[in-house]
Amino acid sequence: MFNAIVQVLDSTIRLSVPLLLACLAGLYSERAGIFDIGLEGKMLVGAFAGASAAAVFHSALIGLGTAILISVAFALVHGFASITHRGNQIVSGVAINFIAAGSTIILGQAWFSQGGRTPALQPGERFAAITWPGADAIRDVPIIGPIYAELISGHSILVYFAFAMVPFTWWVLFRTRFGLRMRAVGENPAAVDTAGISVAWLRYRALICTGILTGVAGAYLSMAQNGGFVKDMTAGKGYIALAALIFAKWKPVNAMFACLLFGFLDAASIRLQGSPLPLVGKVPAQFMQALPYVLTVILLAGFIGKAIPPRAGGVPYVKER
Amino acid sequence: MAQAAIELIGINKSFGAVRANRDINLEVERGTIHGIVGENGAGKSTLMSILYGFYQADSGEIRVGGKPVSIHTSNDAIALGIGMVHQHFMLVDNFTVLENVILGAESDALLKSSITKARSELDRLEREYGLEVDPDAVIEELPVGLQQRVEILKALYRGAEILILDEPTGVLTPAEADHLFRILKQLKDQGKTIVLITHKLREIMAITDTVSVMRQGTMVATRTTKETTVGELAELMVGRRVLLRVEKGQSEAGAVKLSVKNLTVKDQRGVTMVDDVSFDVRGGEIVGIAGVAGNGQSELLEAISGIRHAVSGEVMLDGKPIDLTGKADPGELRDRGLAHVPEDRHHVGLVLAFEENENSILGYHDDERYLKGPFLDVDAIMADAKDKIEKYDIRPTNPRLKTANFSGGNQQKIVLAREMEQDPGVLIVGQPTRGVDVGAIEFIHKRLIAMRDQGKAVLVVSVELDEIRSLSDRILVMFAGRVVGERGPDATEGELGLLMAGVEHQEAAE
Ligand SMILES: Nc1ncnc2c1ncn2[C@@H]1O[C@H](COP(=O)(O)OP(=O)(O)OP(=O)(O)O)[C@@H](O)[C@H]1O
Ligand SMILES: [Mg+2]
Repeated sequence: MFNAIVQVLDSTIRLSVPLLLACLAGLYSERAGIFDIGLEGKMLVGAFAGASAAAVFHSALIGLGTAILISVAFALVHGFASITHRGNQIVSGVAINFIAAGSTIILGQAWFSQGGRTPALQPGERFAAITWPGADAIRDVPIIGPIYAELISGHSILVYFAFAMVPFTWWVLFRTRFGLRMRAVGENPAAVDTAGISVAWLRYRALICTGILTGVAGAYLSMAQNGGFVKDMTAGKGYIALAALIFAKWKPVNAMFACLLFGFLDAASIRLQGSPLPLVGKVPAQFMQALPYVLTVILLAGFIGKAIPPRAGGVPYVKER
Repeated sequence: MAQAAIELIGINKSFGAVRANRDINLEVERGTIHGIVGENGAGKSTLMSILYGFYQADSGEIRVGGKPVSIHTSNDAIALGIGMVHQHFMLVDNFTVLENVILGAESDALLKSSITKARSELDRLEREYGLEVDPDAVIEELPVGLQQRVEILKALYRGAEILILDEPTGVLTPAEADHLFRILKQLKDQGKTIVLITHKLREIMAITDTVSVMRQGTMVATRTTKETTVGELAELMVGRRVLLRVEKGQSEAGAVKLSVKNLTVKDQRGVTMVDDVSFDVRGGEIVGIAGVAGNGQSELLEAISGIRHAVSGEVMLDGKPIDLTGKADPGELRDRGLAHVPEDRHHVGLVLAFEENENSILGYHDDERYLKGPFLDVDAIMADAKDKIEKYDIRPTNPRLKTANFSGGNQQKIVLAREMEQDPGVLIVGQPTRGVDVGAIEFIHKRLIAMRDQGKAVLVVSVELDEIRSLSDRILVMFAGRVVGERGPDATEGELGLLMAGVEHQEAAE
């Protein structure tokens, strides 16, 4: 029983990492007042670009770099449409998702001819699990052993990066000049403008942060969790991340807990597949998969406190009408 | 002659088809207070926003301290020592005072040192100018008067030598306004230059050294304040003689139309805002409610118009009670002949993103006149909107224009036109002329008096004593939620002022 719990928690961590990275990515742009429904698409192009580059250049780091580069490029396209041209942010985000879904399949087929997949990555081309010192030695110690060896040790560097980004993002938001300005521009861009700061440049910088994080999220999917890119491999994670962001009320530490919760639901649904629960009996997997959305709707309906989005979110900054 | 702090030469600025500023020249001397007056939409805010780098002029030259400068962003303006308190505050509502002050003026990439520095600097400024405000308070929890202080502190913190204030007193109580003027005088004594935009000519006379008048995008005159009069300024602004006090005949009060009995209202926090208030309004009379803002007038209006829950008491409209649970159907009240012009036109009176014609029927859109079967009759609505635009002199005259693009005074006329043209039996109006120029004030007052003469019951709430005195047939004074006195239209300002300050009330209580 205890081992089963540790296993579920272990997969919770692994499943929540892409959510967490995407969620923090969304936090940067939404805090700056740009809604970003295109997290999904940016993750997908990141995953594809990362796996492709890693396969071609035989280097995980080059893969990661490429994933970030391409994802940032897509973020800048979103910025160009919604900041510079004051377009509708939802439309631009949806467009990015469509382009990502289509182009990854077409390019994948054209370059590698494996039905939209990228070549399977060899050990040096992907991010391997890191075994912490002493993990194997204490694996058999009861309680602490499995927790240390399974939960804490044995993940790829990207997992640790994702969790390190939580306090880092908090620090950026609340302790730096950039964070102060970013929060301000998401609330009242006119106040930022009259304080002598460029609204557009500030928002572009926030979107670059978003692009970097979705790039890492994509790389994690195709180069750590899996050994290559499969079409549509993000499978709606970008949307769940947005739900988590709302659930977390746009706060970094909350975001981590929301993503862990959603990751846990996912892990539990996989674990429970087919096996009945005591009292309730068999739970359909679809029910568990729908739970993140159900929870978010309950939150939005005002049952769990109130989620107030950044006030200027979704509205292009227009001075002269 | 002393050196000019600011010179604007040949400034032009258009917003689409609207020419907000045409060939404007303005010179402001160092160390003086310079007033700018003008009708709503005359282009005052636009001109000052150009100086502050918020908008870019289409053409023209700006000189600061005699040197030609190019101001592309607010940052340039701040660097030249220009600070501005905008008509609509530029604050981040959920930030603290301190955060708002340092925003854009941080000393380095981390906040820590900026905050320490700002804290001591604010402390100094507060002591020097009597600008007390808690640096850790969150903006949205502060009253507007204090929010404005934060705006001034922001400018001073950035080392402003030239301070622009755009209608600063519109939202202030008289005491707050007096305090502001003391601060402005003090700043002037230190050699700072101040530009003050206001609609209140009395303030211009009291505090400015020189005054410039704008009309429809042009600068029509500049006068030395000592050598001009309120009448002359009003005439220059509007381009014709303005009656500062509208003539009205004796009222012929008829039957009681609106009756308020023992009304008590509490706010969200449970504080009693309206305390056992009773009065009647008869057909053919205007009853004015005077009082310093925040003494329960807003809550009273909201309760009577069915928007706010009243704890106890009753309100009768034509002898039948109004639902006071705060859930009254406004449509039903309209059908019963109650029209309401709310105090806050932006949040309650208008949908700013709608076109003018849509706002001009909002709330009455179920009326058969505007319907063709289940659909809106667009032609009828347009015709109706054009009619109102003409009758109420709403400018610009385009009913398809987005309401947000009308200036404040014209937005007010849109609301007034909508409510008055329905020919209601009872009209309740909150702050009929807030932010409205003298020409429009005259017009609005005339319309209100015309309603009265047609036998309607009119209830006016205003913090402007002059307005109350010139409109009302009876004046009720509110203080701390109670009606503390009733006076006739000939009550003196001093007498009302004492009542408003609660002086007699306290003496009576002792
Ligand atoms: N950002 C904008 N976009 C488009 N039109 C604008 C904008 N700001 C102002 N205008 C228009 O320019 C004209 C001048 O407006 P401005 O706000 O300068 O007037 P104002 O003199 O300050 O009036 P008020 O006394 O009502 O504040 C108006 O017709 C207004 O509708
Ligand atoms: Mg203005």
